[in-house]
Amino acid sequence: MDRHGRRVEHPLFTAPDPARLADLHRAMVIGRRFNQQAGTLARQGRLAVYPSSTGQEAAQVGGVLALSEQDWLFPSYRDSVALITRGVDPAQVLTLFRGDWHSGYDPRRHRCAPQCTPLATNASHAVGLTYAARRKGHDVAALALMGDGATSEGDAHEAYNFAAVWNTPVVFLVQNNHWAISVPLRRQTAAPTLAHKAIGYGMRGYHVDGNDAAAVHAVVSRALAEARAGGGPAIVEAVTYRVDPHTNSDAPQRYRDESEVAYWVERDPLLRTEALLRAEGVLGDAEETDRVLASFGADAERVAALVRERMAGEDAPDPDSLFTDVYSTVPPLLDRQRRELAAELREV
Amino acid sequence: MTRAPGGDAPAEVSMGAALNRALRDAVAGDPDVVVYGEDVGPLGGVFRVTDGLHGEFGDERVFDSPLAESGIVGTAIGMAMYGLRPVVEMQFDAFAYPAFEQVVSHLAKTRNRTRGAVPLPVVVRVPYGGGIGGVEHHSDSSEAYYTHTPGLRVVTPGTPADAYSMLREAIACDDPVVFLEPKRRYWSKEAVELPVRTEPMDRPVVRRQGTDVTLVAYGPMVETALEAAGAAAGEGRSIEVVDLRQLAPLDDSVLVESVCRTGRAVVVHEASVFGGYGAEVAARVTERCFHYLEAPVLRVGGLDVPYPPPRLEGYHLPDAERILAAVDRLQWESEWVEGGPG
Repeated sequence: MDRHGRRVEHPLFTAPDPARLADLHRAMVIGRRFNQQAGTLARQGRLAVYPSSTGQEAAQVGGVLALSEQDWLFPSYRDSVALITRGVDPAQVLTLFRGDWHSGYDPRRHRCAPQCTPLATNASHAVGLTYAARRKGHDVAALALMGDGATSEGDAHEAYNFAAVWNTPVVFLVQNNHWAISVPLRRQTAAPTLAHKAIGYGMRGYHVDGNDAAAVHAVVSRALAEARAGGGPAIVEAVTYRVDPHTNSDAPQRYRDESEVAYWVERDPLLRTEALLRAEGVLGDAEETDRVLASFGADAERVAALVRERMAGEDAPDPDSLFTDVYSTVPPLLDRQRRELAAELREV
Repeated sequence: MTRAPGGDAPAEVSMGAALNRALRDAVAGDPDVVVYGEDVGPLGGVFRVTDGLHGEFGDERVFDSPLAESGIVGTAIGMAMYGLRPVVEMQFDAFAYPAFEQVVSHLAKTRNRTRGAVPLPVVVRVPYGGGIGGVEHHSDSSEAYYTHTPGLRVVTPGTPADAYSMLREAIACDDPVVFLEPKRRYWSKEAVELPVRTEPMDRPVVRRQGTDVTLVAYGPMVETALEAAGAAAGEGRSIEVVDLRQLAPLDDSVLVESVCRTGRAVVVHEASVFGGYGAEVAARVTERCFHYLEAPVLRVGGLDVPYPPPRLEGYHLPDAERILAAVDRLQWESEWVEGGPG
């Protein structure tokens, strides 16, 4: 798509079919609403912190919907929208940010690794997991999500290199949102683009408009197909923008200009897919389109209501859960502390 | 076969050979076990601990990886998430530091992070400690860095039989294990028939019984402590030697029982004394055996200096003499010898 949502063909990539275009838009509508709701909950003190991905929905949704059922997603902490698009319970996505536990979902259920807070460290997990799957004869690819700042980490380098040497089917989707908290991209790298980094590892690098859900989907789909076929891993740089602050406790007015934000808000990924859906009549005639878009909005409201309800509860996490899963069995000294804490709580 | 030809006594096995045999038996016994790291393939590792395994099992099971420790541990985590049981080698103690974040932030925490849904049965083998004349970065005793991290099992064998048995147990364990191999003892031998099953690795063992003082040791210092105990016996002093084996999580019951019986304790390790693992042992023994103690618990360890160059390491490493000097300071004559203001 161009910035106004008009279709642009590309000889290398296959555009998503109409049903998939609708899926992409619906997931972004839900993702946008989820980001807003979680931000509100953070301001109300219902969440300890929330890193919003408003503005980046196309990059996350386009990447995740390119995955097959058996594939794995390796998200970072700003990838809540990717997780709910993958089917993880939205309230469980927020467990980390509410502070109830570190990971709120069972990674095996939706084949989503825990949200990773230390940057780029989960990228080598994706490499190892796909290596293991191939050894077991399973056709499993992985999408490892990272940001522009994370590409400066040594772990990104090691993961790219291992993936390329072992030829494992991993696509590293770099959401270049231009800001690593307060540090701009020009202070992260001297590379012409982040996609260029792929060249040094002997793998393909793709540079895509990260605010174009259809384009991200097309590029990630192609990269995944090539990787599955033995063509090796790839870096996909999705150029997008973090419209909101880093988290609810950030102060972006100290480091960036409002006009820059306004520039990107004009290029909002949701406006573009909606324009395409309307212009091409993907959802039907004008009346039908309005009806379907309204139903997407209603779906998003339902998700927001569910999140509000689940986060409003006064349930407190069980202190005994601190002890149960540190090891496969509770060792003697830890068991002593467990009993001491239980006794302490009885006295209160 | 480790049985000597024509005799009933088992043959002498070195610790390196016992570890090699443990890896071979583990790879042969479970298709999910993979062994990889730097130079562990055709070369067989710089200490030859993986000798012959690449030839026997092929590149699918035993292989060289890129030279990047964080990537090695990170990929092992991913493999374990998908059901493999990776055994990775860090070539030397100090070369494991690039992997520290993976070990501390992911390997140790993923089971807990996921409420038990994702266990990580990974073994990180680390040849550690000094005494082999290695230049800088080849002789660190890094155990306290790992024992301070809940979620890791940190084990170290002191004998060839334990080296075999504990490595097999570590590979079969569903928890991540940092397996510290006392590299100066790779060539130490013991008459043992392999395979062998010793005590479970989370149980300390009494290596030598005694009545006057308990020496607490692990890894490379077990042999040194036994040497000290042997020498003291000649002078009429009965020393008990406890080998801790699994440093974390610690089962302190054997230790506490021993010290409450002898009334005196010295903890020995190669690592620098300040902030070392011995401080934890000394504090724990003091807390639990206070009314049985005849003297303060003493620590014998390396100097509080960066690991010395080969020609000076003899001054740094504890030996039997230094251990016995500490034993002599345990207030046998009820005189005040140590500590106090001023």
